Amino acid sequence: MPSHTFVLNGRPVTVEAPDDMPLLWVLRDKLGVTGPKYGCGVGVCRACTSHLDGEEIQPCTVAVKDCADRRVTTIEGLADGDTLHPVQEAWLDCDVAQCGFCQPGQIMTAVALLRRNPAPTDADIDQIQNICRCGSYPRIREAIKRAAAMTAPGS
Amino acid sequence: MPPTGPGPTAEQPDAAEPRPTAEQLPAEADTGRRRFLTYLLAAPTLTIAARAGLDTVAPATARAAEAAPAAPAAAAPPAAPSQLLGLPGIPDIVDLGQALQVAGLPTAHLLVLEITTAGRAVLHLPRLEVGQGLTTTVAMMVAEELDARLSDVDVPLSDSRPDLLFNQLTGASNSVRTLYDPVRGAAAAARARLVTAAARRWSLPAETLRTADSAVTAPDGRRAGYGELAAEAATVVVPAVPATPKPPEQRRVIGRPTGRIDARDIVTGRAKYAGDLAVPGAVPTVVARPTTINGTLASLDASAARAMPGVLAVVTVPTGVAVLAETFDQALKARDALRTTWNPGPVAALSDPDIRGKLRAAHAPFLIPPLLTQYVDGEFDFAFVNHAPMEVLTAVADVRPNRAELWFAAQTPIVAQQTLAAELGLPQDAVTVHVVRGGGSFGRRLFYDAALEAARISRAAGRPVKLMWTRNDDMRHGRMRPASHHRVRATYGLGQVLSYEHRAATVMTDFGHGLGEALTAAGFQLSVAGLSLAQAFFLLSQSNPYNVGIPTQLLAEVPLKIPTGSWRSVYSGTVRVADEIMMDELARRLGQDPVAFRRARLREPAGRTVLDTVARAGSWGRAMPAGQAQGIGYHAENGGRAAYLVEIDATDPKQPRVTKAVIAADVGTVINPTGLEAQLTGALIDGISVILQAGNHIDRGAVREGSFGDFHYARQRHTPPVVEIHLLPPSGPPGGAGELGVPAASAAVANAYARATGTSPRSFPINF
Repeated sequence: MPSHTFVLNGRPVTVEAPDDMPLLWVLRDKLGVTGPKYGCGVGVCRACTSHLDGEEIQPCTVAVKDCADRRVTTIEGLADGDTLHPVQEAWLDCDVAQCGFCQPGQIMTAVALLRRNPAPTDADIDQIQNICRCGSYPRIREAIKRAAAMTAPGS
Repeated sequence: MPPTGPGPTAEQPDAAEPRPTAEQLPAEADTGRRRFLTYLLAAPTLTIAARAGLDTVAPATARAAEAAPAAPAAAAPPAAPSQLLGLPGIPDIVDLGQALQVAGLPTAHLLVLEITTAGRAVLHLPRLEVGQGLTTTVAMMVAEELDARLSDVDVPLSDSRPDLLFNQLTGASNSVRTLYDPVRGAAAAARARLVTAAARRWSLPAETLRTADSAVTAPDGRRAGYGELAAEAATVVVPAVPATPKPPEQRRVIGRPTGRIDARDIVTGRAKYAGDLAVPGAVPTVVARPTTINGTLASLDASAARAMPGVLAVVTVPTGVAVLAETFDQALKARDALRTTWNPGPVAALSDPDIRGKLRAAHAPFLIPPLLTQYVDGEFDFAFVNHAPMEVLTAVADVRPNRAELWFAAQTPIVAQQTLAAELGLPQDAVTVHVVRGGGSFGRRLFYDAALEAARISRAAGRPVKLMWTRNDDMRHGRMRPASHHRVRATYGLGQVLSYEHRAATVMTDFGHGLGEALTAAGFQLSVAGLSLAQAFFLLSQSNPYNVGIPTQLLAEVPLKIPTGSWRSVYSGTVRVADEIMMDELARRLGQDPVAFRRARLREPAGRTVLDTVARAGSWGRAMPAGQAQGIGYHAENGGRAAYLVEIDATDPKQPRVTKAVIAADVGTVINPTGLEAQLTGALIDGISVILQAGNHIDRGAVREGSFGDFHYARQRHTPPVVEIHLLPPSGPPGGAGELGVPAASAAVANAYARATGTSPRSFPINF
């Protein structure tokens, strides 16, 4: 079976898996990294959203072979030890989560958005595709704005 | 020596009710590590409430039964569904949540609060957390009455406990209502014992001691943490200070906006759902399912699948063909390699138009002919709607010859345990159900479909399994809010509504999850009353909040072999939405403003207050550009009432956007305003979704939609950028709030759309 090496949350890992195995199942079933959630398997619910070299991806639709020698970041790798990422802090401040299942993906999407666009407008936030079946959208919107303000230059 | 069971050391109830004897109480297992147990007692008020509830329930039900034959015999519809003339107003006397409160009373004293020597206050919660924030709410109650730090309180979910009889059902918005008195009573009782233990240790009068921040302090400054007092407190039989909950004016936690106790676990990815558990040996498992609902396997060739890498086993179960593999990816690929043919299911001949025809045919004629009065008729269709919780159905099962152990998000773990035991041919106590937090539910996890299937697969394969339904599985074979058709007739004259008849016909809702047993325990003699379970539920939950002459409501059920289940707000999600649309139409006919028209007819003063609040805060009646409009919706249920005022931009009627929502609610005493606002917001998003865009089609016995690509639950771009919530000063004890908002929000969206487009929407979702 092919062997794949990539950097997972800052540490190199090597895993044996078929080339076409989606990263989601490599993470969950082979590496025990369960932060990225299965919600659809076809990239439409975005509960598994993580980062590949800092860019947003849906691991359910990315083959493990395409991650070779690249940096994979899941929700588990976002905080710096006990110091949460500002977006995670904003999520706590706004008490965003209800069932919580989609929130790792929502947070990773928000982090990627703020990296591309440090001051997103409502219209920018409207572009987010992640489903939250509990309907926490208004607090997600509020938390993104809060995180943007927290990380804005001069703040 | 610490007590090993309730027996003689249990707290004395203050009530005149006879105290349960040791023989009546089951022995508590696993007491070894407990240093201090206190069993909850029925407080005087609770006991009184129980008696009042039971006394009230029985005559009301009897009246309903007597009234049933009053329906015209000639009205029997051709499809012969069960019919019931619903007397109006039964929920005003006792509603469903109260019935479940009554059902829970005999076992309320079996809730367990534990103080560990490490200083943790552990309330073992016999309910499921699915995002409604219940663990936080309960932790707040404990912290309040114990004077503990919130961060010192743990609220683990209890395994299935058959000794709780009917008090482990999470549903009908009953959890806070049922747990409010007993949890506070337990914490207050525990605090009294801790204070007494400190008083003994220091030889001080107990009434001179104070409690705060999980510790007892003496006037001289001495301090003892609860953990170090736990063992001594366990020996206290009669506390030296009152063991009663605080009066509201002394509260410091209840009513304070509080973040979720599990929020940090969630945002760091540490929160574990069933599929995240590492149960030894449990292998990824998926199931190939029929092409139509409830179809059956005709032929199977699994040779190619079995030869694929990672595949561990292929077994057949009544619901399909299970594939076990080392990873879910391999299981899914092998499932796709199965060569199967399927027999059509029992509804394979039916599509949406056929089902709608059956629903229309099920109605009885209206009782009041429109002879001499003016009248308005309305007919409404609501599509099937999948629950679609984000976490797909998942269950871990480890079935051995002599025992079984399961892990899943269970709203009805006791019934699940009983059913699993019967299915596996095991004694009930050989089956353990571990209740795991759920990634959403909305009613879906009342049923343990995946757990039962996982148990069958584990038994057939002879190994533990981690079964996951794919999104397709749950969308196409999962449960749905049943499709319904509504016929409403209101007569009016001289500016008044004279009569109001509502006929609801629905595909039969499956309530086979223990609700019937709970209602029976609460004093509802369903068989004697001649009621089906659905009819009892309908009677207990459906109430028209307005003075609209003589209102009558009737439920006709059409039994079809389509998987259904209660969907957040159950019948109210359609019945009351149709009512609220009719209220707008009646106001228009009578030349009155929709808010003023409702206000003049609302029976509850608290209802008028919430209506006034949204009208004022939302600037009701303000001028809007063409294609935009405001809409109003109101609903009262489970001891709460809510009004939603929304603004919609329907300039493009195919892509409407709710741009603003103003919400007001009075649900009685609020434990956690932050959590309540989250529930009211979620209900708003549900309303937007089911009214405007999210539903399921049936095409020749199969569900058309397969995932969130075609099941259009709202995304960020469909939700209002502005949401304003007003929580009113409570008008009574805690009500149920988890479902309350859905009918009011749905109605507000429908009414706003109608006003913005100048149309009269009759079929929902509108863009479907």
